[in-house]
Amino acid sequence: MNGAQDLGGMMGFGSIAIEHDEPWFHAEWERRAFGLTLAMGATGSWNIDMSRHARESLPPAEYLTSSYYEIWTKGVEKLVVAAGLVSGEELRLGQSLAEPAPIKRVVKAEEVPAVLARGGPAERPIEQPARFAVGDRVRTRNMHPQGHTRLPRYARGKTGVVELVHGAHVFPDANAHGQGEQPQWLYTICFPGRELWGEEADPTVSVSIDAWESYLEPA
Amino acid sequence: MGHDHHHDHDDHSHLSQIELRVRALESILVEKGYVDPAAIDALVETYEVKVGPRNGAKVVAKAWADPAYREWLRTDATAAIASLGFIGRQGEHMVAVENTPDEHNMVVCTLCSCYPWPVLGLPPVWYKSAPYRSRAVLDPRAVLAEFGVHLPETTRIRVWDSTAEVRYLVIPMRPEGTEGMNEEALAELVTRDSMIGTGLARQPEAVR
Repeated sequence: MNGAQDLGGMMGFGSIAIEHDEPWFHAEWERRAFGLTLAMGATGSWNIDMSRHARESLPPAEYLTSSYYEIWTKGVEKLVVAAGLVSGEELRLGQSLAEPAPIKRVVKAEEVPAVLARGGPAERPIEQPARFAVGDRVRTRNMHPQGHTRLPRYARGKTGVVELVHGAHVFPDANAHGQGEQPQWLYTICFPGRELWGEEADPTVSVSIDAWESYLEPA
Repeated sequence: MGHDHHHDHDDHSHLSQIELRVRALESILVEKGYVDPAAIDALVETYEVKVGPRNGAKVVAKAWADPAYREWLRTDATAAIASLGFIGRQGEHMVAVENTPDEHNMVVCTLCSCYPWPVLGLPPVWYKSAPYRSRAVLDPRAVLAEFGVHLPETTRIRVWDSTAEVRYLVIPMRPEGTEGMNEEALAELVTRDSMIGTGLARQPEAVR
């Protein structure tokens, strides 16, 4: 979706606020928001693409004025309601009003190291061969789906070269919407800066994205 | 002086909206039995104490010191990094990209905050914020200048936008004058930013 998360190439946000000796968390609530998000993710009630979509579908003004852990918190709130685990009224009142819903698993403290070590590999077996090879010229599709996509606006309808072929990965555009993993070949596509930003752009710059096969056509 | 100091002794009076919101969410999820608060503590402790850019620095130092390891990083970074014990969440599929005098690599996630947790820990706030995410792909040379990195005009800049589950680790250039140093000493030269590509490795004089 063309939401506020798709920031590449936007202007007006000002300089980068570099913080020296930055702490891992800036407040206790950030620790809890971080831990809650990971612990709920580990229940298997949704996948990583669904959580990214929950965050990016915040209204743009709200997304851009929320700190990152605020965005995560709001994302979890949306996900628990959508999964039927918590009601909107319970969130409003800040208390549980009903019996818990069934949940796939609850991660215990002693399981945390194993859960983190396992992670969430996205590569999957695939039968069909890769359509593109390293060195091929490809054009990204000009598409504006209402739902989740990982093709940023600045890189749509642009011509680049296949630099890496990663294997088949879970397709976020489907997985974010409960349509299954539908794995596709994943490629790193490199674009000259001038292809993305025009003739005035710095000729020494190139930018790559990682793109699933259905984002691409031969050029 | 017009400063009405009546404390109402409400437990929540000093808490911000977001603090209250997170507290409410946690209490509902714990009460329903979906999360174990001790698991939250363990998750936080992992990333506050155990994981961080010292991990990545060991990878880089080994790559500088050991040509066979460097070659392994080039061909299968996930396995080469896992061999040092750095595995798991947000590092499942790793690619290492090497800086040279001709080309400087820099990593961003314009769409969210993708970052190689097992080697760098959690990302700094600036990495997740709009100024960096918007400008890194459009004008990386100016972004680098804000970090105090001034590359020769002829050095190509290569930006990697992490739009999938592949995570990129920049291998900064090994500073001059470090020939006799062992891996442990070399790792001291490797900063977090040098592995994102918004910095360079430190000069040996800087850590003596």
